[in-house]
Amino acid sequence: MSERPPPEPVQVVKQRRDAALRALVGGVPYVGFLGISFERHGDELTALMAYDDKLIGNPMLPALHGGATAAFLEVAAIIELSWSWLWQDIESGRIDPDTIRAENLPRLPKTIDFTVDYLRTGLPRDAYARARVTRSGRRYASVQVEAWQDNRTRPFAQAMGHFLMPSKRPE
Amino acid sequence: MTEIDQEQLRIASEFIEALPHSRALGMRLVSIGDGEAVIEMPYADHLVGDPATGVIHGGAVSALMDTCGGASVMCHPETGEMTATLDLRIDYMRPAVPGRTITARATCYHVTRSVAFVRASASDGDADDPVAAATGAFTVERPE
Repeated sequence: MSERPPPEPVQVVKQRRDAALRALVGGVPYVGFLGISFERHGDELTALMAYDDKLIGNPMLPALHGGATAAFLEVAAIIELSWSWLWQDIESGRIDPDTIRAENLPRLPKTIDFTVDYLRTGLPRDAYARARVTRSGRRYASVQVEAWQDNRTRPFAQAMGHFLMPSKRPE
Repeated sequence: MTEIDQEQLRIASEFIEALPHSRALGMRLVSIGDGEAVIEMPYADHLVGDPATGVIHGGAVSALMDTCGGASVMCHPETGEMTATLDLRIDYMRPAVPGRTITARATCYHVTRSVAFVRASASDGDADDPVAAATGAFTVERPE
């Protein structure tokens, strides 16, 4: 009777997942410029945009710039979509944490269109977002995303977008 | 351009370039008036969304479209001097060529008592070959 291999040690699994996430997020200059980072619990991602004065649109209120909010939602959507698309390869070990770099990651999905709904004024403080892939096909994907600040049940913006998926085969 | 137009452009430029996020993205007002605004955003390394190609992130183009749309509402003769975005949809037609300045042109084409409707497009040189298009609704704040 063949024995099942023992489960991988938790730190090996975590290291591989975190390395993949770092490669996905860390390589994009605009994500760094906006101060966006991601927290991971298992396969669930939460995007965080740390408050900075340069994110302000209207200094009189003050309020976050609608463009900063839109970019935050779009980044959260693209990373979630890429993450869910790569998840199988991360889990199976086909993506090697020791060699993974932004340069050798598969291409990112391309945004076809993105619609942002501004629900409330973005306050001058940290913002969070979670995205959900509602449909993921071979060529097209649809993603919904919601951002909140102090209160999870009172989102200040939501968005939906369509994306063109990269080819799994090297181009 | 008359002296009055020049003066209005100067005031509007100062206003838009004083918005911290627009300033951080290097936006410059090219022209404004009568419900139309043109704003440009020079290429910069920190705007890159795809390090493999150097193409600007869609989010930066969204920020430009949003600013330009808001400016077109504020300079419309039937609106007040402040507005907020209700919604904005962006269609990305093609990647912008790395290194090129992006220019957005927005038109506030209809205004009701409460809502201003905007169309915008962005190009990286040739206005007939846009990189993105946008439609949006903005609030109308009237002086009481």
